[in-house]
Amino acid sequence: MGRLGKFWDSSVGKKIVMGATGVILVGFLIIHMAGNLQLFLGAERFNAYSKLLKHDIIELTWIVRLTLLVSVVLHAVAAYQLTMRNKAARPEPYAKRVPQVSTYASQTMRYGGVYLLLFIVYHIGHFTTGTFHPAFSESGTFGNVLIGFSTWPIALFYLGAMGFLSLHLYHGIWAAFRTLGLARPSGDPLKRQIALVLAIVVAGGFSLVPLAVKLGLVH
Amino acid sequence: MSAGGLNLTLHVWRQSGPNKAGKIVDYPATNISPEMSFLEMLDTVNEGLITSGQDPIAFDHDCREGICGSCGVMINGAAHGPMKQTTACQLHMRTFKNGDEIWIEPWRAGAFPVIKDLVVDRGAFDRIIQAGGFISAPTGSPQDANSLPISKLDADDAMDAAACIGCGACVAACPNASASLFTAAKITHLGRLPQGQPERYRRALAMVTQMDIEGFGGCTLFGECQEACPKGISIDTIVQMNRDYIVAAASEREEKVEMGAG
Ligand code: HEM
Ligand code: FES
Repeated sequence: MGRLGKFWDSSVGKKIVMGATGVILVGFLIIHMAGNLQLFLGAERFNAYSKLLKHDIIELTWIVRLTLLVSVVLHAVAAYQLTMRNKAARPEPYAKRVPQVSTYASQTMRYGGVYLLLFIVYHIGHFTTGTFHPAFSESGTFGNVLIGFSTWPIALFYLGAMGFLSLHLYHGIWAAFRTLGLARPSGDPLKRQIALVLAIVVAGGFSLVPLAVKLGLVH
Repeated sequence: MSAGGLNLTLHVWRQSGPNKAGKIVDYPATNISPEMSFLEMLDTVNEGLITSGQDPIAFDHDCREGICGSCGVMINGAAHGPMKQTTACQLHMRTFKNGDEIWIEPWRAGAFPVIKDLVVDRGAFDRIIQAGGFISAPTGSPQDANSLPISKLDADDAMDAAACIGCGACVAACPNASASLFTAAKITHLGRLPQGQPERYRRALAMVTQMDIEGFGGCTLFGECQEACPKGISIDTIVQMNRDYIVAAASEREEKVEMGAG
């Protein structure tokens, strides 16, 4: 087996891949969230931003898209494989095991991950390709968003995804720095303020858009 | 025994041998002195079992002073029981109240097969050590003291990691039955000291590989291992392990078959 194969085969190697791809995805999410907030600057500004991404710098957009696709696939495959190994590592369960310090966020990484994966597929079909959109317009991204969130179930599905995202980030950002060997030694390694702030800012920032549409704050 | 004795109900995992089916069996533990250690409480119950012609509950123990790492059982769902940084042998019955029910189970991991009742085979840890948890020390006359400079910070971290007694509580408490804290403690202990440098990266690769071969799970950073560790080993050691593993994987190369001096 080659060096890369050995790395990927090891549980530590797979986890490092998850951490690295996670960091790439978090970086994207911060930029994506900030971009979305231009919705509050009006239809003209928002559609111009959309045109920038889909025409003016489309080559760059494609590089980003491919990087994200590879990241999501590696992240999800590693998560799946590690989960299977982790389950196999304890064939006989305890009659009683009481988690002492595990956070709700760490315990919901797997469910949240699956929800996010479904969300990513739906979201691309909704606002990028228009496959799942009732009245998709290639040049009218602002309108696509207003119509896209006009039904409550869809707005709630998005908000649910952001709920899981905040949990995923609260554990994931903190964990990634440890997995990648970057965290400094700490008197209380379970503390995670940076992850808390980023989780709230990213998931909260995204949530503002469906919330504002539902509350009638953008027209 | 006089007033103050505890009357408890134990729910204990009984299994007659390796690969045998086991089950939880209930036993009363009566008139238990709060001054007893947890293992002395089990001794007392066992005396009763032996007197009535039953098979005593098998459990591992040796030093009974919290330094050998032999003892260790799940007590009410927590590795080594409810008291922080305390082995089962150092846990005292005053921690419990009269009338308490106590669940007692062996460490559960595929890599730690049950030998009998509460006794598990922790040979997997020995094999992780054999893979790289050592230094190749030069023998001969002793060096001068202080001839190897080491920073206070590194010495402190190494000594904290060296406190690991290999009891297996980290594996037992981990939802993934991962041996990451144990392996990371050894990697940090040796990798922070000057004597550990020549084999540092070879060690990280070999020990992590062995940990996987033994069938332990991976680290999800739940933090349960650190909480369960009777020696308070920090998950910061796992950061060190991963850092060494990354450098090791990036710089790994074949050993030369023929060398200049060879
Ligand atoms: C594609 C769907 C996703 C799935 C199935 C998924 C699943 C998971 C799982 C199961 C874990 C814990 C791994 C373990 O057991 O140790 C995890 C960790 C993580 N996730 Fe995701 N996730 C997904 C999407 C995302 C997204 C969109 C982001 C970016 C915001 C992200 C960022 C992270 C980070 C940073 C970690 C921590 C890695 C580490 O512990 O070092 N994930 N993910
Ligand atoms: S018997 Fe030695 S540590 Fe408990």
